[in-house]
Amino acid sequence: MSTLPPILESSAMTNQPPALQTFQMPHIPVRTIAGIIAIIVLIVLAWTSCYTVQAESEGVVLRFGKFLKTVEPGLHFKLPFGVDQVTVLPTRRQLKLEFGFLTPGYTNVDQPTKDPQQERSMVTGDLNAALVEWVVQYRIDDPKQYLFDVRNPAQTLRDLSEAAMREVIGDRTVDEVITIGRQDIEISALARMQELAKRYMLGVRVDQVQLKNVNPPAEVQASFNEVNKAQQDRENAINIANGDYNEAVPRARGQADQAIRAAEGYRFKRVNEAEGDVASFNAMLAQYIKAPEITRTRLYLETMGDVLPVTGEKIIIDESMRNLLPILPLTGKPLEKK
Amino acid sequence: MNKRGCLILLSIVLAIVILRTLLGCFFAVHQTEQVIITQFGKPVGDPITDPGLHFKLPIIQDINRIDKRFLEWDGTPVAIPTRDKTYIHVDTFARWRINDAKTFFVRLRDERSAQSRLEDILGSETRNAVAKHDLIEIIRTDKNRKPLRDENLKNVPTGLGTIGVLPPIQYGRLKIEDEIKSKAAGKLAEFGIDLLDVRLKRVNYNPDVLDRIYQRMISERRQIAQRFRSEGEGEAARIAGQKERDLNEIQSTAYRQVQQIRGEADGKATEIYAQAYTQNPQAAEFYNFLKSMETYRKVLTKDATLVFSTDSDLFGLLKRANAKPQTLPPAH
Repeated sequence: MSTLPPILESSAMTNQPPALQTFQMPHIPVRTIAGIIAIIVLIVLAWTSCYTVQAESEGVVLRFGKFLKTVEPGLHFKLPFGVDQVTVLPTRRQLKLEFGFLTPGYTNVDQPTKDPQQERSMVTGDLNAALVEWVVQYRIDDPKQYLFDVRNPAQTLRDLSEAAMREVIGDRTVDEVITIGRQDIEISALARMQELAKRYMLGVRVDQVQLKNVNPPAEVQASFNEVNKAQQDRENAINIANGDYNEAVPRARGQADQAIRAAEGYRFKRVNEAEGDVASFNAMLAQYIKAPEITRTRLYLETMGDVLPVTGEKIIIDESMRNLLPILPLTGKPLEKK
Repeated sequence: MNKRGCLILLSIVLAIVILRTLLGCFFAVHQTEQVIITQFGKPVGDPITDPGLHFKLPIIQDINRIDKRFLEWDGTPVAIPTRDKTYIHVDTFARWRINDAKTFFVRLRDERSAQSRLEDILGSETRNAVAKHDLIEIIRTDKNRKPLRDENLKNVPTGLGTIGVLPPIQYGRLKIEDEIKSKAAGKLAEFGIDLLDVRLKRVNYNPDVLDRIYQRMISERRQIAQRFRSEGEGEAARIAGQKERDLNEIQSTAYRQVQQIRGEADGKATEIYAQAYTQNPQAAEFYNFLKSMETYRKVLTKDATLVFSTDSDLFGLLKRANAKPQTLPPAH
């Protein structure tokens, strides 16, 4: 309804002679007007018939809807008025798809996920649940296929990537998925995605599959942490026991060595002393053999001479006195008779 | 002026109509599509699959553009019980193509009705296939795959719950997908549709089942945790035992060696002494004498009381001083 008044107005304008007259009033020559129009048309023509292809891209040219050629980066010309259509594809740019999570600030419209919650929850091969987030890096390597063989190729890539990832996760245990098998999963998923992309004629090359956060569901996270803790506890118990062992055993070894060395020392001492004693004895013996009696007497007297001065009491009695013992002042000390 | 204006206007309109009609004879077929020409709604001739500029009769013939590419079908997620009565949400997708445009056009006319037909056929085939198999058949793919085992769980015996074990399967996911595809493909061929592929995109537990699954996962993890703790304690006890053993071994070996060495030393010393003192009778005699003297020195201290008879060896000498010197009696 709102478009009607201007139409009525314009049709009224064409039928009104005064309006036409005022329109033709200016004294500009027709040739000039025609020239201006021609120039405008030329500019528009030039404008619509040239286009640039960015350095990272490739242009695909269609003439009347039929594929004509692909063009390299730079300034190019085409036929205007929709005869030639150009689609520019960023063939040299690494494109990225995100699954199960969102990174803000993306430029590729296919990059984010519509439903991260659904995308990341998976069932593992041992029928456990896991949350898997991943990234697929790809490049458009056949623009013709990408544009003409599949409708919505990026969405197709998303779908097949999800299917492939679940296939791979579905053949692995939850422990493989969360800890030990990450690399193996990336490799297998990549191979599977490449295979499917080829089969679907997407015209893209999947370069990389990277697993991001892979977690057990929040509800069971605590029990997974408990396993980690128990593992630490185990290491801890073993370390403490090893500590005790290392504290006691090397010391005992040292002490054992010490005792053995001391015994060896004792052996040296005993033997050396014995040999020393014997050497001195032998030397004296040699002299003794030369004059046994006098040596004996000398030694006897020497001993007495040394001993007597320090002896407590000395009583000398004549041999004829026989029964003297009862009158001795017995001091309770042992008697030495000589 | 007014009449001339009308004439110009009329001729412009006429020119536009003629031009339009002429242009209506030509149409471009895009690289991605095929065209079926209909005359009063009835298809004429073969579908045009060759992209580029084409010709048709104006006004009486219409063009119907039909996509030539692989098209998507994204199924709505459905809750289905598996054969082992687990409720799961299954989300499927398919790739398909219109390979017989004429049949397609006659039977379905446009893509929207095709999508709803796909939904019917693929949806029901998916339901059938899922309900026919156990859950594990839908989850797993490669029946020969052996899972990697965690180094830390190496010595956990297999069969301890489901830890580290992939339940065996008979068919696997790919077989089930193929089954859906082959069954649906036949039905879809009647519509001029070529089904390239059907895939199970998402298979997830129904929220009602999840609690049970979580409980199982938690109890499984607890089991592993307990095992780790027990392993730690066991290993610690083993190390403590080894410590006792090693200590005893070290200490007793040392004791034995010490005793051996000391015994050897004493024996050797005894041998040396014995050899020296028994080398001849005089040596023995001299040794006796020396030892006696040594003993005197030890025994006669300041606490001792000595009683000498003039008859004794020492004073015997005194008494006999005037007499001729005599030999000393041997000491005893």
